[in-house]
Amino acid sequence: MLPRVFSVAARHVETADTFTLELVAEDGAGLAFAPGQFNMLYAFGRGESAISISGERAAPHRLVHTIRAVGTVTQALAELVPGAQLGVRGPYGTAWPLAAARGRDVVFVAGGIGLAPLRPAIIEVLAARRDYGRVVLLYGARTPDDVLYAEEIAQWRARGDIEIHVTVDAAGADWRGNVGVVTQLVRRADFDASDALAMLCGPEIMMRYTVLELGHAGMAPADVHVSLERNMKCAIAFCGHCQYGPEFICRDGPVFPYDRVARWFDAREL
Amino acid sequence: MEIHDLGQYLAHHPFFTGLAPDYLALLNGCAGNVNFAAGETIFSQGGTAEHFYLLRDGRVALEFPHPAGNGVVIDTLDAGDVLGASWLVAPYRWPYDARALAPTRALALDAVCLRDKCDADPVLGYDLSRRFAAIIVERLHAAELRLTDMYANPAPAAGGANGIAGRG
Repeated sequence: MLPRVFSVAARHVETADTFTLELVAEDGAGLAFAPGQFNMLYAFGRGESAISISGERAAPHRLVHTIRAVGTVTQALAELVPGAQLGVRGPYGTAWPLAAARGRDVVFVAGGIGLAPLRPAIIEVLAARRDYGRVVLLYGARTPDDVLYAEEIAQWRARGDIEIHVTVDAAGADWRGNVGVVTQLVRRADFDASDALAMLCGPEIMMRYTVLELGHAGMAPADVHVSLERNMKCAIAFCGHCQYGPEFICRDGPVFPYDRVARWFDAREL
Repeated sequence: MEIHDLGQYLAHHPFFTGLAPDYLALLNGCAGNVNFAAGETIFSQGGTAEHFYLLRDGRVALEFPHPAGNGVVIDTLDAGDVLGASWLVAPYRWPYDARALAPTRALALDAVCLRDKCDADPVLGYDLSRRFAAIIVERLHAAELRLTDMYANPAPAAGGANGIAGRG
């Protein structure tokens, strides 16, 4: 439960309200994690917030978190400059099913800052590209200015071995990409629904309709994995803040096979 | 599969899946090939909806024009999509601009020709109306989803005091 002390090695502005922190441990040790897991970041004197890890597993000595400033703690994290210290507890939670995806087509669907928790998985799949079938990334953002990791997406696209569709809700006349909801991109993607594994991260309403589209395409609910989010406090299934039906998202998630949580997806006030 | 004949293309387009061959032949008489260069305006807001289009390739932006000149793109359509439903409902006016974002090939179906055939054969008219209704409902639902502004910051009540910042 005790946080380790890390310091900010670098800070990058991603969008108007989103930034990335690169952290190194004061004790010099790395922080091993699996793609999909999260840490509790502690802004001293302000509080903790659960933030998914968005860096590479292969680089555990440089912890990367992409964060959107939406509240007191994340705003405090946004104010950290290189050299500043913060506390880190973790990693916590379940991981994306990368081993189960080997040999199959892989469909990543992200919305908004939901691309950040998927980034480690995408990097890992691309690093072992021959181990997977077709790889698709469908990504939706609010506007072109809100597209996360735009340069990296361009680099991924340039590889030629991943199909990428990016869409935004609205755009100016100079935008040459898609405009529309990310769920509509599912039918454009080229993958074998009978032998594919999908990983979804974004607003729940987006994931709910994406799951429906993937189902229409022929995917089984067990082959669709979703990353859920609730307000987390303890991150070790004691406090109950993140309880989701019988599950604790901090311990049993955040990554779940959809068939395990399907009955709660449409439940109200859960 | 390379398709050279308009009738063949109509028959293979998902919009016409299951349509009787007699009707396909009838519609073929209203269809013609069109090409648009990147940046070319296909139709403008307020103009008469004289056609609808089956996109064969390329990309089309639907835009609300703005007096200042910077329009807002509200949707994009790609190969396989249907462009334009205003031909079906009076006063047959386009509600927005359509502009090719890339070199675009399409089949244009003549509105007057189609409406005449639909009036003459209500079964065909009903069939086409149902097909368009499906597209309109799908796009309406997509627009409703966008109205939720789902990527916006969560409300404090949902995110808690700390906010939830791990994803969208």
